[in-house]
Amino acid sequence: MQKIIKITIIFLLIFILGIFFLSLNKSSNYNTESLVGNKLGEIELVSFQDDSIFTNDDFKKNSFTLINFWASWCAPCRIEHPQLMELSKENNIKILGVNFKDKKINALKFLKDLGDPYEYLTRDSNGKQSVNFGIYGIPESILIDNKLTIIKKFVGPLTKQDLNNIKEIINNL
Amino acid sequence: MLSNTGNFLLILSILFTSFIIYQSFACLKKTNDMIFKSIYKISLLQSTTILICFFTLVGAFMVSDFSLINVYQNSHTLKPIFYKISGTWGNHEGSLLLWVIILTIFSFLFLITNKNHPKNYRINTLIIQNILILGFLFFILFNSNPFSSISPIPKEGLGLNPILQDPALAIHPPLLYVGFVGSSIYFSAAMASVITNYSGKFFAQSIKSWVIISWSFQTLGILVGSIWAYYELGWGGFWFWDPVENASLLPWFAMTALLHSLLVLEKRNILYFWSIILCLLTFTLSVTGTFLVRSGILNSVHTFANDPSRGIYILSFLSLMIFASVYILFTKYKPTNDQINSNSKETFILINNWFMMFYLITVLLGTLYPIFTDAISNNKISVGPPFYNSVIIPVVIIFLFFMAIGPKVRWIKNEFLNFKDLLKIIVGAIAVNFIITYFFKSYSLISNLIIISSVFLIISTILDAFKRPKINFARIISHFSFGFLIFFIGLNHNFSIEKDFNLKLGETKKIDNYNFELKDLKLQQYDNYKAVIGKIQISDLSTNKKRTLNPEIRIYDNPQTLTYEASIKTNFFRDYYLTMSNIDRSDYYNIKFQEKPLMIWIWISVVMLSFGGFLSFIRNAKNN
Repeated sequence: MQKIIKITIIFLLIFILGIFFLSLNKSSNYNTESLVGNKLGEIELVSFQDDSIFTNDDFKKNSFTLINFWASWCAPCRIEHPQLMELSKENNIKILGVNFKDKKINALKFLKDLGDPYEYLTRDSNGKQSVNFGIYGIPESILIDNKLTIIKKFVGPLTKQDLNNIKEIINNL
Repeated sequence: MLSNTGNFLLILSILFTSFIIYQSFACLKKTNDMIFKSIYKISLLQSTTILICFFTLVGAFMVSDFSLINVYQNSHTLKPIFYKISGTWGNHEGSLLLWVIILTIFSFLFLITNKNHPKNYRINTLIIQNILILGFLFFILFNSNPFSSISPIPKEGLGLNPILQDPALAIHPPLLYVGFVGSSIYFSAAMASVITNYSGKFFAQSIKSWVIISWSFQTLGILVGSIWAYYELGWGGFWFWDPVENASLLPWFAMTALLHSLLVLEKRNILYFWSIILCLLTFTLSVTGTFLVRSGILNSVHTFANDPSRGIYILSFLSLMIFASVYILFTKYKPTNDQINSNSKETFILINNWFMMFYLITVLLGTLYPIFTDAISNNKISVGPPFYNSVIIPVVIIFLFFMAIGPKVRWIKNEFLNFKDLLKIIVGAIAVNFIITYFFKSYSLISNLIIISSVFLIISTILDAFKRPKINFARIISHFSFGFLIFFIGLNHNFSIEKDFNLKLGETKKIDNYNFELKDLKLQQYDNYKAVIGKIQISDLSTNKKRTLNPEIRIYDNPQTLTYEASIKTNFFRDYYLTMSNIDRSDYYNIKFQEKPLMIWIWISVVMLSFGGFLSFIRNAKNN
């Protein structure tokens, strides 16, 4: 009996220490990169113009969709805007804009000044919907295919290199 | 310059420590009962060197010597001198140096104060303690060196995290460290006791003071951390069951259990191995806590920076400690036939220990479970207050009853329990609870039971103080304060009011019995931050009393951070607690107002609880 207790204790200790060791190699920071490869969860976004709802099924029509989170008050969004404009010229991909915690009038002015790359435009006035995408700051963009699998995530403004990267992905498949 | 001095002192400390270990082994070989004079001398030198080493670092922080990476990363010339000094232990490397100071000083004090105990026991304790010291010194020197230099020398430092620039946090680490690093000495003593077969009553006497003093400091350390969280984090709560808070609570449970089981060991010479396990457990949990917090596995204000090599080192150290203690326990353990009468003080103390173990296991599971699920299944979950509250609170009720009865019971065999007296007290407690609910507010069944059981403990402890001819004030004060602590937490929880609303300048809002008016906003420049200070007048419509609270939004320059400072008005009956935060692109400010009754009494209860510990320390020192 005593032997069994001793062995159990030792195994338990090894187990706990082993888990500690495994955890060391993991980052405990919340990192949405880990979402890559996962399916997109259920979403419901409200259209920017009217109250119609945009759901998962709407994504299935396009071979690729880039979901871009932006706001007129976000300076880096202005920096990435030319990249989005260029991407909007591609045939294989549609861009869905999610206007994040913004005022309608400012958002419209932003698009009027810099151009409108969005095939669809939705709004997330209080930022709650974006949380479901794992967004914690903007700009952020998510590339998905028609099976709703997340192919890539871009945290921060899209760069020229990101743009080429996206083009490569959508034109190779 | 200071970098070289610091490194030299560190190396010198390593040499002294190694020499102590070497001399101690030599001393063990001698058959006489004398400890070499040289061991005392080197121990004194060792403590002095490590202290000078620490003050060298303090000096570097005071003069803002940015040639040290540590100072550069954690200080700034514009920081007030007080926070420059406290910045020394406000970071991983500096706080490790504080660790070693406590390890060393406790080692030296244990050596010189236990002269009436056998040589072999003392020397073995010294050896084990110095192996621990050596381990930490190597860790500091090779992995977490506070004296690493940087070139070219930066002109300015990066600054200390603003939420750490706080008087409570300046004293929080030293207090807590005396607590849980102090437990190292009875870890070493317990190992030495098993190795040298020095067991029973005398062993209990040799470590009792150390357990009491570390327990008292640990209690104070937890309190100060909690007060800081209350006014700095702006949530209005004082305990969040955050993994890092739990890490400080786990050794506290083990210490509290040990404190009580030592009484049995001292008086009745039983529960020896159980006490040994608790000694080993306390320090092991302290190091586990340090590992969890410092390795970056848990994210919190205590995680200074993520560095996997740091985690690996502490983990290896922890594993070594655990397996060495398990090995020694397994090889030396002898089953004892402890005769304990079920109606005796021993039984009640054992019950205390079971409760402590229950709390410990609950909190340990809650803390480790998210780490385990993340490591095994990649699932990120968090265990929050609902788990702890629902598991722990009902058990606290039963615990308080046992805590009230335990001290009345005699050692060895109690004749009978005076049920009549107990019944009277319980009726009294129910009456108090009835008065509270009748005049103020009714609350849930479980809250009723919490209030009744805590009042029961308070009344019976007070009666105890009057009935006995020879009373133990330390015990009375501690038990009494614990009863009060639970009582005030219960009332505070049930009578707190919270309101959340938006206000803009000049606007008045009426909510329930209060009128809130944002009268003024002003921008003020301070040494190391600027602040938007709100002037909010709260008028109590029932009493016509007006109070002004001044919450702040602070903008720190180095590093650039925004913090929200709660404005708190405290009196003996309640705290008014108010935070203000700006809303993006709007003239409105979000106001969170809380009225928290009897808040100050929660703090006072904990101070009294640890005061009981200090009294017990003095009493114990006198007796020996």
